[in-house]
Amino acid sequence: MEMYLKGFLIALKGAPITVGVSLVAVIIGTLFGLVFALMKKSETKIISLFSKAYIEIVRGTPMIVQALIMAYGIPVLLKENGIDFNWPHLIIPALVVCGLNSAAYMAEIIRGGIQAVDHGQIEAAQSLGMSKSQINKLIILPQAFRIVIPSMGNEFVTLIKETSVLSYVGIVEILRKAALWSAASLNIFPAYVGAAAVYLMLTYPLSKCVHALEKHMAKEV
Amino acid sequence: MIKASGIHKHFTNLHAVKGVDITVNDGEVLCIIGPSGSGKSTFLRCLNMLEEPDEGTIEIDGEKVTKENIQEMRTKMAMVFQNFNLFSHLNVLDNITIAPINVKGVAKEEAEKKAKDLLKLVGLEEKAEAFPRNLSGGQKQRVAIARALAMDPEIILFDEPTSALDPEMVGEVLDVMKELADEGMTMLVVTHEMGFAREVSDKVVFMADGKIIETGSPVEIFDNPQNERTKNFLAKVL
Repeated sequence: MEMYLKGFLIALKGAPITVGVSLVAVIIGTLFGLVFALMKKSETKIISLFSKAYIEIVRGTPMIVQALIMAYGIPVLLKENGIDFNWPHLIIPALVVCGLNSAAYMAEIIRGGIQAVDHGQIEAAQSLGMSKSQINKLIILPQAFRIVIPSMGNEFVTLIKETSVLSYVGIVEILRKAALWSAASLNIFPAYVGAAAVYLMLTYPLSKCVHALEKHMAKEV
Repeated sequence: MIKASGIHKHFTNLHAVKGVDITVNDGEVLCIIGPSGSGKSTFLRCLNMLEEPDEGTIEIDGEKVTKENIQEMRTKMAMVFQNFNLFSHLNVLDNITIAPINVKGVAKEEAEKKAKDLLKLVGLEEKAEAFPRNLSGGQKQRVAIARALAMDPEIILFDEPTSALDPEMVGEVLDVMKELADEGMTMLVVTHEMGFAREVSDKVVFMADGKIIETGSPVEIFDNPQNERTKNFLAKVL
């Protein structure tokens, strides 16, 4: 039993990094996701095409592959082309990958939210003489964000689990802490069960919050 | 004064509006009646280009409405919708002030003061802070009318304003509309409320199959209709 507790406590030391990376990623993801969602709506073909391609590529490839390309592939590619480049700290490619990965998913979530805004709201805004950008800023986006807040919460929960792939690119987060202890102590089972417990401890209450939020929102609309 | 000439609107497989001409003079109330699917709402929505007409011209006080000036022209012709379309994320006061502040550049305090006066006019002063979801249908529509009035429009377009209401709430909305008519507001009303059309309008237009079948004073249309289609329709609804 003691080993399990120890496994849990060791994995727990990785939690601040996991939560920190997930938080930063979800913020980057929301900002860029909004940009990609608006780009996808653009009437300029090349802009919407770029956004569509980005979203398809990111969602169609595993995050671990993206992380390996970003952390290890890109510095090598640059060096081969005569540019001396090293990531000053591996946390940087980790944040970039998680953030930009999340952006693709957020873009789809936000686009869904924009589409879910009742068309009558847009017509009312038009009939009052608002411009396209005013309608976006004053009516569509505030309503879309209300609609997508629960989905964004779910994306945050997903990210917390997904950041475990960062253990392969030099980030000592929950899984990496557990793996290191597992290798050193050979308490393989308690180590990974401890990691699982820490993830669950983070995701379960969050999921509950998201669910409560969803119920609250359903009442509001 | 608003003047529409030769308005046509096609949808895929449907010629919804077939050359409609209508003039509403300042201070006039014109009601459009007719069976469902007769193109009356589509025609109304063509006036402020929520549906872009395929043919025809629209003028407000002699100035032509075009794609280029539509935003400005829309501030002169406010619209009240069947489904209210109040902004669901804003409270009643903000619903009324958002367009004056952002579109016309009215100062916030001034817009709010005016909004409160308008709420008094529609009998909802105490609801300024309420959200649309907490209002009844009749209250929502009265707020929507206040929102339209806040733009100081030349004319208000009403698109079946009582059709989505429970029967017991129709009266409160019609009362507000009557009050506006009495005060000389120019109004173009698409409606199924024959009592209202008869009592309040200066002119009644009967539409069917995308065309105007008959135009006249309420007395002419309701008591002495000339066209068979008008007679048939009125026989069914009166």
